[in-house]
Amino acid sequence: MKKNNSVPAGRRLVNLVRSNTVPIMFIVICAVFIPMSGFSPSYLLNEIVTRMGRNLFLVLCLLFPIMAGMGLNFAMTLGAMAAELAIIFTADWQIWGIPGVVLAMILSIPISILLGVMCGTLLNMAKGREMITSYIINFFTTGLYQLVVLYMMGPIIPIIHDSIKLPRGYGIRVTVSLLNMRQCLDDLWAIRIGGVKIPVLTFCLIGLLCLFIVWFRRTKLGQDMRAVGQDMDVARDAGIKVDRTRVLSIVMSTVFAGFGMVIYLQNIGNLPAYTGHSQIGMFCIAALLVGGASVEKATIGNAFLGVILFHLMFIVAPSAGAVITGDSMVGEYFRVFLSYGIITVALIMYEAKKRMVKSRAGQELAQAQKEEEDAQ
Amino acid sequence: MGNKTNGATLEKSRVRTLLEQYGLPRLIITGFLLLLFLMLPFVEGNVPLQLTNIINRFSWNAVLVLAMVPMIHSGCGLNFGLPLGIIAGLLGSTLSIQLGFKGGLSFVMAVVLATPFAVLLGGGYGALLNRIKGGEMMIATYVGFSAISFMCMMWLLLPYTSPTMVWGLSGTGLRPTISLTGFYDQALANILPIQIGKYFKVPTGALLAFVLLAFGMWAFLHTKTGTAMTAVGSNPTFARAAGINIDRMRMLSVILSTWLGAMGILIYQQGFGFIQLYNAPNNMTMPTVAAILIGGASVNKASIPNVIIGTILFQGMVTLTPTVMNSLIHMDMSETIRVIVSQGMILYALTRKTEGGK
Repeated sequence: MKKNNSVPAGRRLVNLVRSNTVPIMFIVICAVFIPMSGFSPSYLLNEIVTRMGRNLFLVLCLLFPIMAGMGLNFAMTLGAMAAELAIIFTADWQIWGIPGVVLAMILSIPISILLGVMCGTLLNMAKGREMITSYIINFFTTGLYQLVVLYMMGPIIPIIHDSIKLPRGYGIRVTVSLLNMRQCLDDLWAIRIGGVKIPVLTFCLIGLLCLFIVWFRRTKLGQDMRAVGQDMDVARDAGIKVDRTRVLSIVMSTVFAGFGMVIYLQNIGNLPAYTGHSQIGMFCIAALLVGGASVEKATIGNAFLGVILFHLMFIVAPSAGAVITGDSMVGEYFRVFLSYGIITVALIMYEAKKRMVKSRAGQELAQAQKEEEDAQ
Repeated sequence: MGNKTNGATLEKSRVRTLLEQYGLPRLIITGFLLLLFLMLPFVEGNVPLQLTNIINRFSWNAVLVLAMVPMIHSGCGLNFGLPLGIIAGLLGSTLSIQLGFKGGLSFVMAVVLATPFAVLLGGGYGALLNRIKGGEMMIATYVGFSAISFMCMMWLLLPYTSPTMVWGLSGTGLRPTISLTGFYDQALANILPIQIGKYFKVPTGALLAFVLLAFGMWAFLHTKTGTAMTAVGSNPTFARAAGINIDRMRMLSVILSTWLGAMGILIYQQGFGFIQLYNAPNNMTMPTVAAILIGGASVNKASIPNVIIGTILFQGMVTLTPTVMNSLIHMDMSETIRVIVSQGMILYALTRKTEGGK
């Protein structure tokens, strides 16, 4: 076997481009679109910093299931739903500001754990097709969530204030104002540099999660998770409780998604009670993939790069589309197309690669057998 | 000696396997629907109208559900890529109107025009699915999404000019909802309709169209090619040993599914009376997948009776839940119940252990 550094520089460049096709494609798209959109650099920078604070925590929580080999966790919305329930309660009890945010995070934990255990157990029953199953779990739980929020809140679960209830007397309003909680976390230690507001506290929280992930990879559980992700049968033979490890990775992902959603909602400043979580899953997954992650491997760097590139595209695409085609709706649809398209391409590449590896392994096996026969 | 007791335990286990095959969730849904049916005369005066609604909705949706069958048979799993077929159908219907066909002829032309698109899209889709065996369902979902959002742009950009379809002010870009009055609204339903009393009406033509397609499907599955297709789905290793070209069979099944999807949406449109563009195809996939599963299909097994029973049960639920629920507890929970039931059914099918289907 040749070592990496003996590969010629040109070859290495080709390999680099090949393994980073998606981010490079997005850099090109952004480079073309930014001048067209006509936004000022300071506006773009401000937007990007805000969106990084808003989304990074959510994107990072996707790393745990990938570590355990369970692919992209489309059911991360379960954590978002748990956070939304928690926020509804804190809003009803009129606990605002930082205490409200902290209380919402604490309240979301038990709900997240419950939903996470449910999700993990179901995924253990559907090994080999975790992604589509997690995708359906997301819809199924949305139904349960609707049942609770739209019908049970009021008659069964006491809601004190009419301001967050629908006029008919039960169920939560379509949009709940969180004005008293708006950006309280972001503003606490905010620094302004040349008109760009940097929410230091939010970034500190994100940094803490990153440190946690780095530390976690080295713990026994983290190592187990990676072993399970590599090969379930080998891990089982090595004495690792495979099912339990997988459930744990989903529970961790769900709990952190709950925290992430609280951060997200305090930044937005209102709670879209029925639609808030549905977009989250798709955008976070698309962002992670744009950053160069794949279904089986994702790093913290992928998450950072992905959020920056994806949201840059998201901001500039509508106005750039309007310039190109003369119709602002086209740009709107174009960015949706890009986010779906990127997930599709990533999934196809993952499956194709999996098959290629499998067939290569088969060929090698056949080769080895043949050689053995020849030797005899 | 032990034959008698053996026979008894065999009988018992047969009942149990029958129950297991039918599945608890399916049992609950069927029971729930029977309850709704039984309660209907007490809470709602107009039973004939409700029955007509169910039959109508059956005639709109049955072909879409039938489109699931070929891909399940060839082992490609549940066809979450149904939007591709729907897009072929939408291209056919909009082109037919654009070219100026009117009345019943516009329906025939829509069928004719949709077919090449369905074959083309189905062919490409089939080639893709052959490369990613094992991950069909997830990728199908996202291929559907990508295709829908791509077509969202195309509906705005393609040079359609027919004044019935484009925005009045700018003269370009298709409207989200296009009325079919004067084109093929009720084109099939009004063939030999049976009217009994004031409210009860059977859309015979639309039902006949379904029967025709379903019979064609049944007959096809019993030909040599059809049997080969089923073999590919139930046991790929055996199929390969028997000299069947697996990729070709899968490709054929995907094209068939896509074409049936296109026909399905055209028949849906003639009953519903409108063409729905842009993000509307998104809302068709999950109910359709859920319907065939409720009817007794699994991820790798489906039959024509599954289609018929599933569509009746699902559409019955959609029609009856609002009426009965509203008059009983004065809360319209039907939408939420529909989501929970249909997604729960899909989830149940996915988490069951199936031989061969990985």
